[in-house]
Amino acid sequence: MSMPAYYTAKDKIWHYAFRVICYAIFFFLLAPILIMIPLSFNAQPFFTFTREMLTLNPEGYSLRWYRDFIGSESWMRSIRNSFSIGIAATIVSTTLGTLAALGLSRSEMPAKGLIMGILISPMIVPLIISAAGMFFFFSSINIAQTYLGVVLAHAALGTPFVVITVTATLVGFDQSLTRAAANLGASPARSFFKITMPLILPGVVSGALFAFITSFDEIVVVLFVAGVEQRTIPREMWSGIREDISPTILAVATILVLISIALLTVVELLRRRGERLRGLTPQ
Amino acid sequence: MAMADATAQTGSATDSRGRLLTSDGTPLRRALERANRRRKLTAFALVSPLLAFILIFFAFPILQMMWRSVDNPQIVNALPRTLDELRDWDGRAVPPERVFVALHADIMDDLERPRREQRIGPLGVRLNYELSAARSAISRTARDVPNFEAPFREAFTDAHRLWGQPELWRVIQREGRPLTLSYYIAALDREYDEFGNIVKRDENRRIYVSLFGRTLALRLVITGMTFLLGFPIAYYLSSLPMRYANLLMIAVLLPFWTSLLVRTSAWIVLLQQQGVINNTLVGLGVIDDAGRFSLIYNQTGTIIAMTHILLPFMVLPLYSVMRTIPPSYVRAAKSLGATPWTAFRRVYFPQTLPGIGAGGVLVFIISIGYYITPALVGGQSGRMISNEIARHIQQSLNWGLAAALGSMLLVGVLVLYWLYNRLVGADSLKLG
Repeated sequence: MSMPAYYTAKDKIWHYAFRVICYAIFFFLLAPILIMIPLSFNAQPFFTFTREMLTLNPEGYSLRWYRDFIGSESWMRSIRNSFSIGIAATIVSTTLGTLAALGLSRSEMPAKGLIMGILISPMIVPLIISAAGMFFFFSSINIAQTYLGVVLAHAALGTPFVVITVTATLVGFDQSLTRAAANLGASPARSFFKITMPLILPGVVSGALFAFITSFDEIVVVLFVAGVEQRTIPREMWSGIREDISPTILAVATILVLISIALLTVVELLRRRGERLRGLTPQ
Repeated sequence: MAMADATAQTGSATDSRGRLLTSDGTPLRRALERANRRRKLTAFALVSPLLAFILIFFAFPILQMMWRSVDNPQIVNALPRTLDELRDWDGRAVPPERVFVALHADIMDDLERPRREQRIGPLGVRLNYELSAARSAISRTARDVPNFEAPFREAFTDAHRLWGQPELWRVIQREGRPLTLSYYIAALDREYDEFGNIVKRDENRRIYVSLFGRTLALRLVITGMTFLLGFPIAYYLSSLPMRYANLLMIAVLLPFWTSLLVRTSAWIVLLQQQGVINNTLVGLGVIDDAGRFSLIYNQTGTIIAMTHILLPFMVLPLYSVMRTIPPSYVRAAKSLGATPWTAFRRVYFPQTLPGIGAGGVLVFIISIGYYITPALVGGQSGRMISNEIARHIQQSLNWGLAAALGSMLLVGVLVLYWLYNRLVGADSLKLG
């Protein structure tokens, strides 16, 4: 959007004013997240910049909140929980979701709309309602406050993302490739692992990442279904914010922001690779 | 003859009625049907594990929860004889002695059950939803019942004054059915009057209708804010070359990918009384120390934090629609004499409407069930219907009411989703 030569003074003012507004909104989006990073190195137990920090005095900065985090048994347990629950839920939802997407993208699938509606319902139903339903049901079959309960709940919440991303990948998938494989004598399993799987892998991986981040970031269901033993990072942050808010939360938040930057990069790379493979080069 | 030989050799033939046959002699039509059926079954077999999983661990629990909003077994289970005797009671005066005899028998029966199966406890809890103090009336009386002697009417009314009031008996008679609408009536701020009509509650006891209204109003404000902020940047991004747009898109995607708790705590840090914004303003001398803004633990905090959290959901659909609008349309409008404003309003803006609709409904649907952010930064005035549901499940333990509120919320969301589907199609839900 370079400025045309015929712009009048008023046009020019608007041209620059619009940019200022836009960058202000970008600032609004990024600043709250980025501001936590320097604040997490605060030497004082405050949520604001101290005089020492502003004058860049090294004494104003410290790693004490990171030490606090690493030294805390409950935070460490929550990290172990978040990763083990997240990975287990991701395995369940990716396996079931990929299979279902393969079925759904076949033209002879009966009642496709209805089934798709049911399968993506965990994404639409407000979390508080899902959490309440699971709380009652899991209590009645005695898996509330167990790892199994939390994993199953998170797997259910994560599957819509796998189904959607893998189905989207399969739209560009050339079905004649599997027919050719069958024609050349490959069994269905062999043609799946040799032909289909490598081609839809980017979709499966990004679906799995979505499922993982869903579980990793999920708190409402954890609040209702998990016990003390199954507390995850968001659950620990929740009590941290509600009970005694300390800058340790900022240290945790900084680490989580770095994790999300890493995940974002992976998903973006996968998306580009997928587009290249399907011949849809980005403009 | 030569032709018949030829067809036999290639494996296809016709039967006596002239139908085409496959090589093993079955009619072609049936073979095709069978193959189709098998392919259908394969497709369904692939989907069925997930379908079963979702039905068992997701759909069934929700239906079961919705069932709780009408399920009403407590009184029927605890007082079968009393309900029998009450059937033709007119609801005016205190019931006759025979009702109290039945009540005495019901309670004596119940006291013989093992402690964990006693039905008196749930009965008291259930009656208490309709009439406060009913629980203590039940539990206090139940202890003394074994010592009661006829006439039971005096014995009961002596034990607790509530037994002598037709009000309690009306509740027992009215709710002595296996299904009830009373949770929905309570969720709509209504109650029964003494004639059994449904009337509005007293002004100071109305909670939920205004809470639904406030939830909706706040959601509309938040959706409007995301539109006001999202439209300019989506427009700006769509006008940039792809390379720069992708780079700036990080500003939208990073919040999208950052943990909800992280973003919420970021706003707590910024907006607190001793937080970054207030401190900066005091430091710059804009406000004095006593005049610090209270930006959090109220509606303002909820609106700011939720606008920030939901903005990406508005920008992403808007951006993908705006990318597809050819810039030549606006140029054509301008060359035909339209001012930039007219060209924008009459030519560009109407083409962005699908994106606005998609983004708006998406933000609205997501925001309406939000629980975490209002619970953490909302304070009292920022509390939403979902917080009330959680409170009834975890603290007040009125699960029927929680289920009724939840079912109403769910139906609202499903209607909105149906609208969204009509508007843009569910397939266009894009991720990242």
